[in-house]
This record gives sequence, C-alpha cells and structure tokens, in this order.
Amino acid sequence: MARRSFLQWPVVRQLSTGDLLGRGPAVTSPQTRSITPRTVTADRVVQSVCPYCAVGCGQRVYVKDEKVVHIEGDPDSPISRGRLCPKGSASEQLVNSPGRQTGVLYRAPRSTQWQHLDLATAVDMVADRFIETRRRTWQQEDEEGRLLRRTMGIASLGGATLDNEENYLIKKLFTAAGAVQIENQARI
Amino acid sequence: MANADCIVIQGSNMAECHPVGYQWVAEAKARGAKVIHVDPRFTRTSAVADKHIPIRAGSDVVLLGALINYVITNDLWFKEYVGAYTNAATLVHADYRDAEDLGGLFSGFDPEKRAYDTSSWAYAEQGEGAIDEPGLSREHGAEASARAAADTFGSGGPPLEHAEVQRDDTLQDPRTVFQIVKRHYARYTPEMVRDMCGINVADFEYLARSITENSGRDRTTCFAYAVGWTQHSLGAQFIRAAAILQLLLGNVGRPGGGIMALRGHASIQGSTDIPTLFNLLPGYLPMPSAGRHDSLSDYLAAVGSKQQKGFWADADAYTVSLLKAWWGEAATADNDWAYDYLPRLTGAHGTYETTMSMLKDEVEGYFILGQNPAVGSANGRLQRLGMSHLKWLVVRDLNMIESATWWKDGPEIESGELRTEDIETEVFFLPAATHVEKAGSFTQTQRLLQWRHQAVAPPGECQSELQFFFELGQRIRAKLAGSEDERDRPLLDLTWDYPTDEHGDPDAEAVLAEINGRQLAGPDAGKPLSAYTELRADGSTAAGCWIYTGVYADGSNHAANRKPGREQGPVALEWGWAWPANRRVLYNRASADPAGKPWSERKKYIWWDQDQGKWVGDDVPDFPVDRAPGSQPDPALGGPAALSGDDPFIMQADGKGWLFAPKGLVDGPLPTHYEAQESPVANALYPQQQSPARLVFPRAGNFSAPSAGTPGAEVYPYVFTTYRLTEHHTAGGMSRWLPYLSELQPEMFCEVSPELADERGLEPYGWATIISPRSAIEAKVLITDRLKPLAVGGHTVHQIGLPYHWGVGSDAIVSGDAANDLLGVTLDPNVQIQESKVASCDIRPGRRPRGQELRALVAAYQARAGLTAETGNRAVTDPMLED
Ligand code: SF4
Repeated sequence: MARRSFLQWPVVRQLSTGDLLGRGPAVTSPQTRSITPRTVTADRVVQSVCPYCAVGCGQRVYVKDEKVVHIEGDPDSPISRGRLCPKGSASEQLVNSPGRQTGVLYRAPRSTQWQHLDLATAVDMVADRFIETRRRTWQQEDEEGRLLRRTMGIASLGGATLDNEENYLIKKLFTAAGAVQIENQARI
Repeated sequence: MANADCIVIQGSNMAECHPVGYQWVAEAKARGAKVIHVDPRFTRTSAVADKHIPIRAGSDVVLLGALINYVITNDLWFKEYVGAYTNAATLVHADYRDAEDLGGLFSGFDPEKRAYDTSSWAYAEQGEGAIDEPGLSREHGAEASARAAADTFGSGGPPLEHAEVQRDDTLQDPRTVFQIVKRHYARYTPEMVRDMCGINVADFEYLARSITENSGRDRTTCFAYAVGWTQHSLGAQFIRAAAILQLLLGNVGRPGGGIMALRGHASIQGSTDIPTLFNLLPGYLPMPSAGRHDSLSDYLAAVGSKQQKGFWADADAYTVSLLKAWWGEAATADNDWAYDYLPRLTGAHGTYETTMSMLKDEVEGYFILGQNPAVGSANGRLQRLGMSHLKWLVVRDLNMIESATWWKDGPEIESGELRTEDIETEVFFLPAATHVEKAGSFTQTQRLLQWRHQAVAPPGECQSELQFFFELGQRIRAKLAGSEDERDRPLLDLTWDYPTDEHGDPDAEAVLAEINGRQLAGPDAGKPLSAYTELRADGSTAAGCWIYTGVYADGSNHAANRKPGREQGPVALEWGWAWPANRRVLYNRASADPAGKPWSERKKYIWWDQDQGKWVGDDVPDFPVDRAPGSQPDPALGGPAALSGDDPFIMQADGKGWLFAPKGLVDGPLPTHYEAQESPVANALYPQQQSPARLVFPRAGNFSAPSAGTPGAEVYPYVFTTYRLTEHHTAGGMSRWLPYLSELQPEMFCEVSPELADERGLEPYGWATIISPRSAIEAKVLITDRLKPLAVGGHTVHQIGLPYHWGVGSDAIVSGDAANDLLGVTLDPNVQIQESKVASCDIRPGRRPRGQELRALVAAYQARAGLTAETGNRAVTDPMLED
C-alpha cells in the first residue's frame, strides 16, 4: 500500500472540505467518487405517487432509455416531504422485478398447466364468456314482478390499488351489463 | 395531526403501517403533544409513543364508553360546543328503550329476522310523532343491513323526513340525547375497564386525564385508527364511540382534532368514493333495491328529503347528473333519465355472500383485479373452494398470485380435497400495468386526489385496467351491436367513447373530466363544472361522481396541482385536490364558536368576517360562505337554505353532530359493548354476549368456537389477532415478489408471550401449529414481551399475534401459511366487514400435519369442542329473553 500523505489524513480532509462532521465528501472513497448517480443520467423525471398504502407519498420516477431506473421520494410533497418507507422505496422492483408476469396465460378446464394466449384472443374469449354467462343467468324480474335487470352469475373483486378512473369504468361497464356483485378491498 | 396536543392511536400500528404519515405524529410530539398507543401488542408505534396501554382485542367500546362516562360525570365536556353543534338537546321518541333496560338489546329487536326495527330510535316530532327516514315505506334493519346501507353515509349522514326536531336546551329532559347517553354509559367505569379490557385503573386515568386536559377552546386531541377498529362484528360502533367522545370534547371540525381513518391502500378511499362496491353508485348514492327504489321517484324520495337540512337534500341533482354521464342522450326526462337501466339489489351481495354463492354454483365468472382473496380474505379455504366452482376466472395482476394458482399448488391440492385434473374452472391470467406505466389519480386517506403521470409504457402484454375494461366494453358492445333485446340497451346506449393514445390506452384525463362533469345545455354547454352546487336535476348537467366535481374545474386537472409544500402554508391547498371543493378539514365551521369567532387564537382556522360578510380562514370554508353565524332560517325551507348559522354539520339532516344516531345504524343507536363472535370472556356488562344483529354464516367450513361459559370453549382457549408488517402489503401480491421486501421479512411467524410459550412448550424460533375451528396453520415462534398476558374477569387471557401476508403457492419469492385461513366469516351488519381482528384458537409446538391429516386434525378439535354449524351463532344469548 502506498504511503499516505499527510494531506489525506481524515482530520485534514474534514477541515479542508468543510465537512466538519466527517459525513460527506471527507469520507467518500475513490470508488464512490467515480460513480454517477442514476438520478443524474436519467432522460427524464416524472412525478408519481406511491402505490402501496393510503398515506400517498410523492414519488419521483427516473427514466432512462424508456426504462424506469430509479424511484425516490418527492421532496415537493407536503404529505411526505421526500420520504418513503421500505415499500415505497422498493417500488422500482415492483416495475422491474424478474418474477413479474408480462405475458397472458390460460389454463383450460382440467388442465395441469398454463399455456400462452395472445392478448387479443384472451380478451375476446373473456368477452364471449361474459356475454354467455350474462344470458344464461339473467334475472329480469323477481317473483313479485319487480324489475331486477341483472345477472348474479358474474362477480368482481378488486379496486383499492386501482385508479379512480379505472374504478369508474369498471363500475360503469358492470352496472350497464347488470352485474351487481362488484366488490373491493374496502369491504375487507 | 401535526396540530394536535394529544394523539390517541388505537386500532392501528401507525408507525409501522403508515410510516411516512407518522412523521406528523412525531412532529406533534416534538412540539409537546402527548402520544398514547392503545393496542393488544407493543409495536414500534408504542416504542415511540409516550405510553403504551395494552388492551384485550375487541374490548374497545368498554374503554371508549368509560371515557365518555368520565367526561360526563366529571363535567369535562365542552358545553358551548356540545350544546350548539351536536344533537345533545334533541328529544328522542318516547318509545325508545335502551340496552340498559333490556339486558343489552335496544327496543325493536326481532329474533327471527336477527335484526332491529329501528323506528323507536327516531327523534321525536313536534307533537306525538317520530321523525322517520324519508321515502314511501320504513326500511327494516334486516333490509338495511342486507344492502349495507350504512356505506351510503360516506359523504353525508342518514336522511330524515325533515329537521323540525324538539329540543330541550337545558339538557334536563330524560328524553334528550344527552341524558340518554349519560345513562347508557353509567356502568362503563374504570373498574369495568380493568375487568374487561385488562387495563389497570391508573392507566385508565392517565388516558382520561391526557385527553380531557388536551381538549377545549385552546387545545385539541386527535384519534387515529385503522382496520384494528373496522374488522370487528361491531366495527362501525367502535368508530361511533370515538366520534361521541370527540364531539363531547369539541374535537371535530377543528385543527388537530378529528378521528383519522388510516386506510391501507393507495386508493381505497377512492374505491369507495367511486365505488367498486355492490351497494353504492358513485358519490355514496345507493344502488337501487327492488321493493324500495322501484321507480326514480321512489328512489329520490328515499335517498334524501327536500325537507331535511343541508346539501344531501339535493341528491336528486347528483343522481340525474350521474345518469346523464352514463347514458347521455338516451337518458331523457321521459324515461326518468334511464333510471331503469340500473340493475336492482335484492339483499346482500357483498364479497362474502358471493363466496357462499360460488359454493352453491350460482356464480359462473369472476374477475380478480389487483386483489388476492385466496390469501387476503377471511376463511381462505372457503375462498379457494368457492373459486373451484367457477366456470371461468380472470385474474389481473402484476405477479402470479395464489388466487391464480390455487388449482395447481394451493393448500387444498396438498390436502387432497381438490384434484387439479377434476377442476373445471378456466383461468385467464392477464398481466397488469404498474402505477408508473399508466396515468391516473389515487385518492389517499384524507380524501386528497393526486395525479400520477405516466413514466413509461407497460411491458409485453401488460395493460392498465383502464385499457382492459375499455377494450372489453368495446368488444362486448360490438358483439351485441344490432341486438333487439331490451336487456342489451344499457350496454349499447352507454357513453363509451374515450380518446386513446397510439397504444390504444384511453386518456385517463378524459375519464376524469367525465367524472367531474360538464354543462349540457345553454351558452356554457360542454364547459366543465366547477362545483357540485352547479348540478341540476333537470338533465342540464352531467357528472360521474358529484363529490369529485371541481377536480377538473376550468378544464384543468387539479389532481395534478403540484406547488411544492415548502412554497405554501401548512394546509397546502395547491397540492392535489381534496373532495369536496378542495376542502381539507371537514365541518370546519365548528372551528369557530357559535358567534363565528375562533374558539381561541391558538386553534384559529375558519371564522366569520363581519366586514366582508363571509367565512374566511386558512381552508375552504365548509359552510354556505355568506350564512351569518346568527342566522335562524325556518327549518321548513329544507336543504342548504335551512341551515342555521350554528349548524356546522352541513351534510347531516339536522345540521348537528350525532351523539345518538336516530337513523343509519342497524345494530344500535349507541355503541354498546358486546364480545366478539368468539371470545374466552363473558360479557360482564349485559347478559347478551355477542352483538345480536351481527351477520353469521352457519355452514360447514365456517364453524365458530364456543364462547366463555359454554361447553367446548376450553378447546380453543387463546385469542389471536392478525396484523401487517411495514415490509409487506396485505396478501403480498405487491411485496412477496420483490427481492428487497422478501429478504426483509422472509417468513411467517407468530408472536407469543414468554408465559404462553411456557404453558404450551413453544421453543424460540421453532415451529408452532395454530388451530382454529376453520383450519390449522404453521408459523415460526417469536417469543416476546411485546404481548402481555392480560388479567381479565379473574383469569388470564393470552393473545397471539399473526401477520397475514403469506400464502401457499410456488411462484412468490417467499411463501408460507396464510393467517386468514384460520378466520371465520362473521360480519358487521352495518357494512358487512368481517371480524378478523379477534378470534379463538389453540397453539402447540411443531409443524402442522401434511396431506389428509391436516383436515383430520381440524376435525378432531371440532369434535372435542362439540362444534356444529349452530355453535356460537345464536342471536339472543340472554336466557331470560330467549326465543
Ligand atoms: S412510501 Fe410507505 S408510507 Fe408512503 S405511501 Fe408508500 S407505503 Fe405508504
């Protein structure tokens, strides 16, 4: 190991860099000095909101080459003032986790495994089943002749992690179709 | 919360479950506020509070009732506030009988229907009559419970025919609300708290002194709760009890006061405002029920009355505007604005009812959208068995969650109850977009809408729900095009034309604009509305959710407002947009005294400015802005015009805060302590053990443990409670697939006290099996002083803590047994939420059996306890009253 010059003594570094407590530049290693934060090289920064709990912490999403490279707290937010908890801090992995599913899968009746379907086919199959079930289970009136106009054959659960606009379309479409058993985490 | 002088956190582990929100509690504490944590477990919230008070799970009403009693008997209530702003002086009808008089039941209980006829709880009218709810017929508690009618009070109180009440401002008449409340809680004493909650008298007094010394003109106390209060068979009443206390102390509508509901999901508030719930339409309008809401006029007559006070009287405008938003041109005055396009309810159709219907083969298709009921819903085994009865299942998620894979690697495959080759269900897994791959708004826990901009496009075949449902709707409409079938009209006439981007993703702002609403007629046709007061019932306005009207005022997206917090005052009105009307503290007119002056300089917030002739202050005033404090309009005017200058609760039918709830609740007008569905403790307050109106599901697979004093109770001697960890999110769908979070909390465990570990021979970090009447699970043992055995009613109650994030499957990074498999389904009758914070179990060392032996173990326990479907499910338990 090369002999250290007096100028590299920590105390001197603390004095010369103005980092008196030794928590900043005075103690960074050459390796640290040689790397650039992802936040600097990103192409753009987008304001977002943490998707976990209902505190609603502000997030800054750093994008490079159309990939999310980093997510951190938004110091502008009067709610969170730049902070994120472990979940919010880990949310970059929610986007880029290796285990994430990005393809459609289908399991046929009695099958022991998944098979791939393309998206358009899958959505079309769901639409067909929706219409068939709706016809088969339609209830126009009750025993007393009062209007029901509904199906009890279709149900849905979900929504508390979805956007308001998404819930709006879900409720609107299902209600128009006569499906009433629409529920979400708020009941749970 | 940062403005509070005392903060009581009860039914929540805020520091771990809402960590970043907790900085405001920490800030209040740094400024000298007292922070008290009341919870069965000592958690990190307790560690940073001034004091932790351990409580037996499910006994909160005893404690809150005793605080109410303390405040009244020691004459510590805020006289001017209570007299003017609450219904303390209002007279209740002479037919009312209290739970004190009837062994724990209120007047009107019908044992056959297991529900109350609530009519005797009404306010007295001038003369002999009672003030009913509006509408053609009175609704029995059984029907109100079936449609979880209490959910419709999310933005305004229960409706009344009119608000011409009788008052006794001296509060001396025994029929005043004040006297009724006083009598009701007279036996809720510190000694009762000691015997039922396991809290010693000194701790009770510390708590009582802390909140009363920090309430009044100069000071305010705040309560915070989470699902530790809601997930009980009388959860709504836990919150009501806190509301009564806060009203008596004058802590509602004021800075640093209130009751904060700490909600657990990014947009769980939004998903009730714009509900994906069976019983609601957007903005807390009820879904119509057959027999009660058969025509639009029946519906409007029942939803709100033009004679009641406040803004809910205009529910007709909100309803017609919604119908115009959905069915546009097809909604006309001649067809009652397409009211008959809405399907009707005929009872309870909540998620647990749906599970039961699945088991009866009544449900064919099921959509699961960012939810994991195989792990996250009570009685997981029934959830999974229910899904095996479906014809088709669509799971939309980011990860391959257990609700998508139960047919190949779920617990019932291992136990041999299901065989993959026999399961007929078709399963579609459709990958979803994350929060950064789509634009849209979340509504967080304080009703604040915050817009997220899209950062990148979703990968592969991932889609937002917005795009999926838009396309599904388009396909369904295309397939039905040309149909002559009348039943298809609502789908074909639906307004369903949103602009899309180059990937076919609909423009979320266009949807937000529809939710906000616009003018349809006149010179301003097409112009976005700026306030819900602009809505009309004549078809000239459209709005998809009236409480959100204003978020898109002037055609600009106010949810995306982002003026940095440091550049504005603490109320931060220019960050996001809060419903209603961008108001941050609700009912804030109560922050001033009846004459319109701030209660004190220290707690100044909104006040009457005599020179300008209007209400002014730091927030958007929650009151008709030019209504002078002394105004006394004729209540017969109805609506907002009838609000007196001292009616701060402008969404309540009488303008007052309700200590006593004459309408709206189905299990009692006043919170009353009942034991949980399963409890090793007998109710010392009444012969009635459990809430008589709770909803039970007596059936195989959902047995209940016997309660104290009945045979077999000793087989399941311990109490367990479920909870969350900081590092995971509910059923794990967004956390157990993330390497960081999985590493931080890799394994299912149970928390037990050293005393219980000794009693059952549990080894630290060894395995334990926990057995309930529904199932048995295994967990690693964490022996800790954080759980204290409590002395209750002369014996020791041991409590076991179980996090509920893990599930059995093979795709997640970490998996484990699901705590929710242990839970049964028993629901709060007001809102149909399950009781998952307290239940009975046994615990023993070692791993659980595999294969068929698992069910054999559960069955052996059931046999020893003599369980049947009827066990624990009687409505009335007082032998003197038995039917
Ligand atoms: S960062 Fe943590 S506290 Fe903030 S919203 Fe996300 S989960 Fe909640």
